[in-house]
Amino acid sequence: MTSIDRGHMKSHQTIQKYCAVVLSSLFLAVSGANAQAVDQSTPDGLIKTVVSDVMASVKSDPEIQKGNIPRIVDLVEKKIVPYTDMRRTTEMAMGQNWKKASPEQQTQLVSEFKNLLIRTYSGALSQLRDQTIQFKPLRAAPDDKEVIVKTVVIGRGDPVPLDYRLEKTASGWRVYDMNIMGVWLVEAYRNQFANQISQSGVEGLVKFLQDRNKQLAAAKPAN
Amino acid sequence: MPLLRSLKRIVLLGLVGALVGCASIPAGIERSPHDPWEPFNRSVFEFNEGLDTYVLKPVVAGYRFVLPEFVRDGIYNFFSNYSDIYTALQNLLQGKPDYAFSDLMRVVVNTTFGLGGLIDMATPGGLPKHKEDWGQTFGVWGIPSGPYVVLPFFGPSNVRDTFGTAADLESDYLFSYVKDIGLRNSITGLRVVNARNTYYEAGDLLDGAALDKYSFVRDAYIQRRAYQINEGRDDEEPLMPVYENPYQ
Repeated sequence: MTSIDRGHMKSHQTIQKYCAVVLSSLFLAVSGANAQAVDQSTPDGLIKTVVSDVMASVKSDPEIQKGNIPRIVDLVEKKIVPYTDMRRTTEMAMGQNWKKASPEQQTQLVSEFKNLLIRTYSGALSQLRDQTIQFKPLRAAPDDKEVIVKTVVIGRGDPVPLDYRLEKTASGWRVYDMNIMGVWLVEAYRNQFANQISQSGVEGLVKFLQDRNKQLAAAKPAN
Repeated sequence: MPLLRSLKRIVLLGLVGALVGCASIPAGIERSPHDPWEPFNRSVFEFNEGLDTYVLKPVVAGYRFVLPEFVRDGIYNFFSNYSDIYTALQNLLQGKPDYAFSDLMRVVVNTTFGLGGLIDMATPGGLPKHKEDWGQTFGVWGIPSGPYVVLPFFGPSNVRDTFGTAADLESDYLFSYVKDIGLRNSITGLRVVNARNTYYEAGDLLDGAALDKYSFVRDAYIQRRAYQINEGRDDEEPLMPVYENPYQ
């Protein structure tokens, strides 16, 4: 890559791109409930089914492509959220601070964090058009309780690596973290949460997320 | 030495950035061990943000309004094909000859069948694009990243990648054969606009996602560079961060 390409743009735009895809992926990753039997017995099977299902839904829904946010949120809730473990995502992002939160605060944090992810990235999902997903072979032992499923989103522009971290739970495999172009979501939020908590406590973090989500809900869709 | 000249230019730009004034760190924020120059970096970050909002983004909006999508795609593919030459070279320097060969094949395929690079025929043909730069090559050679730095205009970086960017600028010599200065500057401008355009649709996603945009960008950059340097190695393992489990 040349200097100019990587120059100025490298900064937050690049990261915006990761984020854009994040959602697509978070969505893709976790979704899947729509009546169809989703194969939850293997982690890569789960990802494949859910991603394909979400892609098909987006491509066949002109409302979503126009950026109809409530519709996208609905799709995410139905097809992605059931295959995620947002509580674990939140716990890991909170780290040692998790225990400082009361049970009510913990519930609030999980739900606000989930909404933040859905809200910020829903625009990305509406931009899915001619992308295809390449699934890499799974490298894991049969008795692994935690695996990474690697995929690459191929479309216009550069290919975007998108990996899902799954954990085996009593009810099947669940996604709790994802990696977009080399950046783990949970890892990226750990400092964000820790800083907010050291500035204004767990209560301050809850309030921050609530306010942010209200703002985002009131904002107009990006496209 | 030309490399020194580029480096000097970047450092000078950095000093200009510093004159913009040091931004204060929000109270209560925990300092990152990777970012000892945070007050300076924050001020340059603000400068870049302003530049993007008031200059680059409006220009890109105009670019999208004037040019139809297929033309923009052609421009993107053209510069992307050009940069594949450098990627091939970097992969060779990183000891990945198979990648380098694949990158070279991309250039051959796209330059011929892809009408001089305007169409990317190689990706659907099974030759995936890689992207490598000097900073990554230095990293593969074992040079540590050093502290995090935000460069004016260029954005997030670190000490190693600052040298990398200088080397990138210096080794990017093909267009310097264009003798007409006006034309050469136009090409540079077009490359900047094209690069920013790639991320246009993602919109202001990051503004919504980050609690503190500066540290979010920084932490993501540090993670991403480590990932890029690791990727493509024979013994490549997914870097699985170990999170402290609050219940353990």
